[in-house]
Amino acid sequence: MNSTIDRKWMWIGGLVLLVVLLVLPFLVKNFRVFQFNMVMIYAIAVLGLNILTGYNGQISLGHGAFYAIGAYVAAILMTHGGWPYWATLPLAALVCFGFGYLMGFPALRLGGHYLALATFALALAVPQLLKYKAIESWTGGVMGLVLNKPEPPIEFSMFGQPLSQDRWLYYVILSVMLLMFLIAWRLLRGRVGRALVAIRDHPIAAAAMGINLPVFKSLTFGVSAAFTGVAGALGAVAVAFVSPDSFTVFLSITFLVGVVVGGLASIHGAIFGAIFIQYVPHVAEEVSKSAPWAIYGIFLIVLMYVMPTGAAGLIDRVIGRFRRPASVNSSGQSATAAAPVSSHPAGGKL
Amino acid sequence: MEAFLHQIFSGLANGGIYASVALALVMIYQSTHHINFAQGEMAMFSTFIAWWMMQAGMPYWVAFFLTIAISFAGGLIIQRTILKPVEKAPVLTNVIVFIGLLVIFNSVAGWVFDHTIKPFPTPFPKGSFIESRYFSAHEVGTVLVMLCVLAVLFSFLRFTPIGLAMRAAAQNPESARLVGIRVSWMLGIGWGLAAAIGAVAGMMVAPIVFLDPNMMSGILLYGFAAALLGGIDNPWGAVIGGFIVGVLENLLGAYVIGTELKLSVALVLIVTTLTLKPNGLFGKAVVTRV
Amino acid sequence: MKRKFLAVALAGLTAALVGGPATAQKKYDPGATDKEIKIGGISPYSGPASAYGAIGKAIDAYFKKINAEGGINGRQIKFISLDDGYNPARTVEQARKLVEQEEVLLLFNTLGTPPNSAIHKYMNQKKVPQLFVATGATLWGDPKNFPWTMGWQPNYQAEGKNYALHILENKPNAKIGILMQNDDYGRDYLKGFLDGLGDKAKTMIVKQVTYEVTDPTVDSQMVELKGSGADTFFNITTPKFAAQAIKKAAEIGWKPTHYLNSVSNAAGTVMVAAGAEAGIGVISAFYLKDPTDPQWGNSKEYKDWLAFMQKYHPQGDLKDNFNVFGYSVAQTLEQVLKQAGDNLTRENIMKQAASLDFSPPMLLPGVNVKTAADDFFPIEREQLARWDGKTWVLFGKVIGR
Repeated sequence: MNSTIDRKWMWIGGLVLLVVLLVLPFLVKNFRVFQFNMVMIYAIAVLGLNILTGYNGQISLGHGAFYAIGAYVAAILMTHGGWPYWATLPLAALVCFGFGYLMGFPALRLGGHYLALATFALALAVPQLLKYKAIESWTGGVMGLVLNKPEPPIEFSMFGQPLSQDRWLYYVILSVMLLMFLIAWRLLRGRVGRALVAIRDHPIAAAAMGINLPVFKSLTFGVSAAFTGVAGALGAVAVAFVSPDSFTVFLSITFLVGVVVGGLASIHGAIFGAIFIQYVPHVAEEVSKSAPWAIYGIFLIVLMYVMPTGAAGLIDRVIGRFRRPASVNSSGQSATAAAPVSSHPAGGKL
Repeated sequence: MEAFLHQIFSGLANGGIYASVALALVMIYQSTHHINFAQGEMAMFSTFIAWWMMQAGMPYWVAFFLTIAISFAGGLIIQRTILKPVEKAPVLTNVIVFIGLLVIFNSVAGWVFDHTIKPFPTPFPKGSFIESRYFSAHEVGTVLVMLCVLAVLFSFLRFTPIGLAMRAAAQNPESARLVGIRVSWMLGIGWGLAAAIGAVAGMMVAPIVFLDPNMMSGILLYGFAAALLGGIDNPWGAVIGGFIVGVLENLLGAYVIGTELKLSVALVLIVTTLTLKPNGLFGKAVVTRV
Repeated sequence: MKRKFLAVALAGLTAALVGGPATAQKKYDPGATDKEIKIGGISPYSGPASAYGAIGKAIDAYFKKINAEGGINGRQIKFISLDDGYNPARTVEQARKLVEQEEVLLLFNTLGTPPNSAIHKYMNQKKVPQLFVATGATLWGDPKNFPWTMGWQPNYQAEGKNYALHILENKPNAKIGILMQNDDYGRDYLKGFLDGLGDKAKTMIVKQVTYEVTDPTVDSQMVELKGSGADTFFNITTPKFAAQAIKKAAEIGWKPTHYLNSVSNAAGTVMVAAGAEAGIGVISAFYLKDPTDPQWGNSKEYKDWLAFMQKYHPQGDLKDNFNVFGYSVAQTLEQVLKQAGDNLTRENIMKQAASLDFSPPMLLPGVNVKTAADDFFPIEREQLARWDGKTWVLFGKVIGR
């Protein structure tokens, strides 16, 4: 009885959310839409990193590199090849999958901190490589590449606001994001997800159970890189500019912050993580003009005290407390279904 | 030949700097099993404190040792107050706290001391040591100071009761507690020592690279690489790793690949070495029971 | 009927032609009102280029001075300066925030070539002035294609060329070594230098090395340059690395003819920091008066600047020539706004910016700010000076248009 009512509310809630998402761009100014676009793009990137670090326990301090590669693939194809922006996405995914898979090989041998260093090294090397003179004619070298923002294909207006470039991009990015989240959801809720977590928590036992560790770990790296690469390509289109200075080590660190703040091993956590990394620097700037990053740092530390399992973990706990009387059967609620694939990596060990 | 020798010595001098940062990282790792990303910024902040004291008129060595004491206390306090709540939390939570500390120190240093570069005096001016065209007195002094620090640290850990307690607490916290060691305080001391070592590193580096809030960010990476190359749990490894990284970087830039790609190539080499020797050159392989 | 209509039309036309300038109605674009002018700025207050944030702070202090003295034509300046950390993606976001949310009249003195490149197209599409950008890249002086963007300082290519010409004139058999920062600023200087040397570039340049802004030191590169046998050195580094380079050159006993780029020639923060004796003989180009130079110490202009610093920017470093830069570029904007009067449309702002002809007090004698509809390079003149251990001694004549 309870479950059917809950189901109905779920669907109604979902529908309302969908309508809000669809109408949102016309209710706010273009600049806000641009910010929403960046949030969605970061959500995809953070989700990618979460697959690797949250679910599979392989720490990566270098996902900014994959974001950069995806961005440059898109930029180069658009500038030199005249490709339309949407066609660059699959290729960005493919190229980044390739690089990610290759990263999987040293990752197999390196654990924990050593892998962190290797990925950190990747994050540092990529901007230098992008500036390299020999490939300057492709990458634009230190000057970068200026891109043309795509025009909306149709004329449309709602609430007096026209369908601008940013609003059109919003729908494109929203669709891509929903697609990527769906893919991740299907992957992680099933056997693959369980295998990943098994590898994270008890690698030897997992291998003993027949999970092919090297293949899985490399594939995970590849998939994770592909997700972030797609985000990078979308980012290049949304900002309409790429240059080596946009992809420093700090970007990689920012993604990691997004993963942890949003919640390890959580798909919807990626959204909270993205909202954090997009907006909190602005909030910090409002609070203190002279030392905004100090405020950001304080935010980070306080958040880690208050919600060490991330925003998703906090929300799941809160929902869990509400659901306690009812939930004998888990009717597909993310709170209870997420329990086996929990966000508590074996305490202290990487 | 002369140029080659010169590059090697210059690399050793830089290596001394990386080695000191690596030593601080290893220190914290040995006591807490965490890599402290905020190490560089803490060292930079300590150096600013020393600078400020010297601006106020204090003589060099007074400021030097006072800074070390203040940094020790600071490190201890940070561990006891800020890190204690997340002691039991997952590794990544701790990493985020370190990142938070990193940005806080960097931002506050910029706010209090501003971003213009400042010259920092050296206690080893021209002529105080053997020096040649290949290396300045300060560079020799840096290496000597660093070896001193290493010796002091080694003797402390090996031959004193507290050092023993620290090592026990790091290796096996449960058993250590059972014999009455106050593990939490050992962690705090570990942090204090690392902060002090970092302060020394900062004060040795600043005369060469000039003092500003971003002084350590480039060095931290090399220190990180050096620590891991030598084996994250081995102080001697950290020092040797530092020298190797310094010389390697110089030689690559001058003779192999040119300065435009030397960072990338150096890192590739380090990663490759780690792939072949996953615990670093001198690290111990950790064997766990299944 | 027709004649009456014609008469009225003619009268109307005459009135418009004659009465237009005389009536001078107030015209405003977003950001300008009777009481205030909103100006946006983006600077790297954090990140690897944070030293340049000092310019933004000096500008802010100068606007405070203007406001305290009654504003410009009775309007107070509201300066909103945001941080982009030298990350072009963030620059885009902050620029959009300033233009679309804060609705500023114009963007002023945005710093860095990549950040400005990132917003170049956007600003021109939106028709918002991107005025007096803080970079010497040559791209900003292109009124035909980008009529809303204008630089301010002498462009790097022209300066590099001047050094090359000086070498050709004074030391035609020089063996040149170059150290450059591996980014747009380095490449721009290099291009000008190579253009100046022409065909002789290939034979004269014996070594060219780069460094990243994230490198701890340039010691290795300096050793390499000495080893190459170069006897002339073109130093394209930012202040911190310039100080390191000068210091190291002295330490390893390398004494080339040393040309230092104008971004890093501050006497206090670079030359003295490196060791005043170490830099004797270094040549650089100047367009601003160095605040630590005793030859200006008694001049009225210096005293005015000093008074400004002490009253409105007490935490600013008196040895840092970024504070002279900020002071002078802010005065240039002040001049533009004064000239615009009550017609504060963006179009008129650009028009006034393209009709400048004056000399801000802290510019070197003989160097001025001059623009025209086809000349979007406000400052083009420089003069060379040589460091003598205590100060920069100007020599030769003022070069440039």
